[in-house]
This record gives sequence, structure tokens and C-alpha cells, in this order.
Amino acid sequence: MQKIGKQFIFFIVLVIAWEFIVRAGGWTPDVMPKPTDVWEAMKRGFVDKTLLYDLRASFTRLFIGLAISLALGTALGIILAKSKTADDTLGALILALQSVPSIVWLPLAIMWFGLNEKAVIFIVVLGGTLVMTINMRMGIKNVPPLYIRAAETMGSKGIDQFIRVILPASVPYAVTGMRLAWAFAWRALMAAEILSTGPGLGYTLKYASDFGDMSLVIAVMILIGVIGSIVDLIFFQRIERNVMKRWGLDMN
Amino acid sequence: MFLQINQINKEYTNNKVVNIVLDNVSAAVEEGEFISILGPSGCGKSTLLSMVAGLVKPSSGTILLDSVPITKPGQDRGMVFQQAALFPWLNVEENVMFPYKKEMKKEEAIEKARHYLQMVQLSNYGKHYPHELSGGMQQRVAIARAFAMDPKVLLMDEPFGALDEQTRTRMHGELERIWLETKKTVLFVTHSISESIKLSERIIVMGTRPGRIIADIPVKLPRPRRFDAPETIELEKRINQLLKEEIDKVVKEELSYAENR
Repeated sequence: MQKIGKQFIFFIVLVIAWEFIVRAGGWTPDVMPKPTDVWEAMKRGFVDKTLLYDLRASFTRLFIGLAISLALGTALGIILAKSKTADDTLGALILALQSVPSIVWLPLAIMWFGLNEKAVIFIVVLGGTLVMTINMRMGIKNVPPLYIRAAETMGSKGIDQFIRVILPASVPYAVTGMRLAWAFAWRALMAAEILSTGPGLGYTLKYASDFGDMSLVIAVMILIGVIGSIVDLIFFQRIERNVMKRWGLDMN
Repeated sequence: MFLQINQINKEYTNNKVVNIVLDNVSAAVEEGEFISILGPSGCGKSTLLSMVAGLVKPSSGTILLDSVPITKPGQDRGMVFQQAALFPWLNVEENVMFPYKKEMKKEEAIEKARHYLQMVQLSNYGKHYPHELSGGMQQRVAIARAFAMDPKVLLMDEPFGALDEQTRTRMHGELERIWLETKKTVLFVTHSISESIKLSERIIVMGTRPGRIIADIPVKLPRPRRFDAPETIELEKRINQLLKEEIDKVVKEELSYAENR
């Protein structure tokens, strides 16, 4: 059977099982909502446009944050790859920061920027920048030496070589970096929104929780998961696959 | 003399053991010659070629091209490696244009790329990307790219070593034809005796440990050369004899090294 068919049946079965188990258990929607409750909450959210405003707000922050972190990460990655001193000092710091979830910066961010957009975007930037930096650095460090030798025998060196050979050769790593940066930024955004002000998907989740509306909580959770995987599958994995193929890194 | 290699030495120190890669290597090359540098692995033939390319510096000695000392890589020396070393993000035409793209108008550059692609019989593949080509085709693009720079010397480092037998034989024919058309000076590094006899005007045979020149043999056979002609077989035997002693030496050394571990 086709993969997509199997997946479709799996999710249908999952939803039906969920519905029946909750009905059989007799839980009320404020403890464990049924899929039908979640569906109603989702519909309500879209009809009164709350979720639409949330999506717009969340994506605006995400795009601003992600754009900054991609630019910053690329620049930092290049610096780390090119300067041994920077790599030994700043590189160590970045590796250490990478193991700190970016959301723990929120208290500080609120002190610096206030409880507003800027604080959230700051968290998103932190979430995406480090992983982009690490991948960009790897990409530049792993340019096949043969490319560099070939470029040199063709009279290309210095800046010219960097722009025409080293940067394009590091694109596969940069694309992986972008994909991971998006994933990290998306998680950081949701965490930051839960702890800050709206509108935004995370904020609505928190708001729903305060009013005991678990159906809406799950509806938002599903929305977060669906958007996350759609962007990853349809956008980033496709780009990654094309780049790998073109760059001759496709293992198949 | 066109290309002058003067008393080249190359050594490196590893764990306080001095390894001599090249020991007092001298050679002279005339313009338009096709010269093979033949030797067993580890004889420093590729190192010598990289020195002519300017990618590796000798410990002592000089190399002069047209009376100018070689200190760094330059467009007057084109190099073809064992792997095609094409840039995968550029299509075939753009790869060929890489070295000279900035020096002329775009139309001119494309025109030139097409000319050299035609020379290697790949005119229809200009818009293809390297990953869409076979190994032999990729190597032909690399040859076109090196010729398109119009270098004074073409350096080839076992360019057909990674290809299968049939493709390699075809490439020999192609390279011979191109050389006869252009009369470009070629330095061709190989470990295949038959390849060197098939292609070159002169064979520089190198020995190993330390790497040095043990013979310089002119090949005066008419082209195209047949591998089964008596003169070819005679020459092959002679070079084989020369190399056998070198290879025996390496094997013996490796065995004693293995025993002493």
C-alpha cells in the first residue's frame, strides 16, 4: 500500500479510538476533550477569527526572528570557520549556549525589552541563530579540498575564491542549518508566546488553559504540530533533497 | 628550455623521522611535448606535478616556466585531477567558463566554452549539471575547462585513473587527437606503463624511496599506437624491468616493517 494511504488510515483509526476511549471513560471536556469537542473549538476559533489573528501574529514574529537568526548565524558561522581564535573562544561559548534552551532567556529579555514583541523575537532569534551558526561553520570547514585546489589552479584565490567556491560549496550544510533553525525557532516562539502577551498561538493556548478550555488547548496544539510538520516536509525537506542531489551528496 | 625543473628536493618530518619524497629531481621539457611521468605509488610523481602547478613548495630547487620561477598557482598552468573536480552548483558551460568568465563579455565567454566543449564532443551537454554526467563525461569537461584557460602547460594527475577500462581506452584516443590538434605541452602523471606508451613522446620513469628519476625514455613510435605492435611490447618489457626492481624494494621494505612491529 502507498505510504500516504497507510498514514491516512492510521490517523483516522487514532481519532476514532480517542473518541471512543474518552466516551467510554466518561471524562468531561475540561479534563479530556473528545475529537469532536476539539473540532468544535477549532471551528469556533477560525469563525471568530481568533486563530487567524494568532497565526498572523505568530508568523510575523517567526519570520522576523528567523530572518535575523539566519543572517546572524551565517555571519557568525563564517567568522568561526575562518578564524581559529574566534572558533576557540566564541565557538566554545556558542556550543555552551546551544545546550541552554532559549526560553530561559525570557526573564532577562523581559527586563531588557519589556513584555512585548521584541522580547519574543529575541527568544526566537536565540533559538535559531546558534544552530545556524554551527551548521554554517561546518559547511565552510568541510568544503572538499579538491575544489579549493582546482580553484587555485584556475587562478581563483582570496575573496573571489570564497564567493565563487567556498560559499556555494557550503550550501548543503546551510540548508540543513536553515531547516534546523526553523524547527528551533518555532519551538522557541511557542514557549515564549505562552509566557508573554498576545495575540499568538502560544498566547491563545495559555488563555484557553486559564479558562479551562481544554478543547481549545488541544486544537492549538494540533495546529502547532500540523504547521510545524507541513513547513518541514513540504518546504525544507524538499529543498534539502534537491540540494543534496545537485551537489552530488545523494546517497541513492 | 620551456619548462625547467632544477634539482628539486622535498622532504617532510614525521615523528622526528625525515621522509625524503623527492631526491634531486631535474628535468627539462620542450614546448609542445607530451611527457608522461611514470612510477609506482609513493614515488612522488604527483607531488612533483603539484609543484609545477604551484600547489606544493619544494624544500629546495626551482622550477622555471618560460624562464619565470613558479611560486604559486596560476592560469598559465592548467590542471586535471583524478576526480573531475567540477563545481556541482554550476552547469557544464559555467564550469568551463569558471577560470576566464570575468575577463570577457558574457557572449564571448559562452562562445569560448562551446568551442572547447565541442573539442571534447560534449556540445549538447552545456546546460547539464555535473551529477547528470558519467565519470568519463565529467573528466572530458574538466579537460575542456583546463584547455579553455589556454595554459602554457597542461598538468594531468592520473586523469583516467578512476574510469573503467573501456572509458579509459576511449579517453586515450580523445586526448591523443586533441593533443595532435593543439600541440599543447602536457605533463601526464600515471602508474600505467601502457597508458604512458600509448600517449607520450617521452616517458620519465621514477623510482621510489627516495623518489627520483631513474630513466628518461623517448618514444618514437608512429601514431596511433597499437598495444600489440612488437615495438610497443618491447618497450613495455623494458620499462617493466626498470620498475620491477623499485616495486620489489617497496614490498621488501613493507614486509620488514610488518615483521618489526
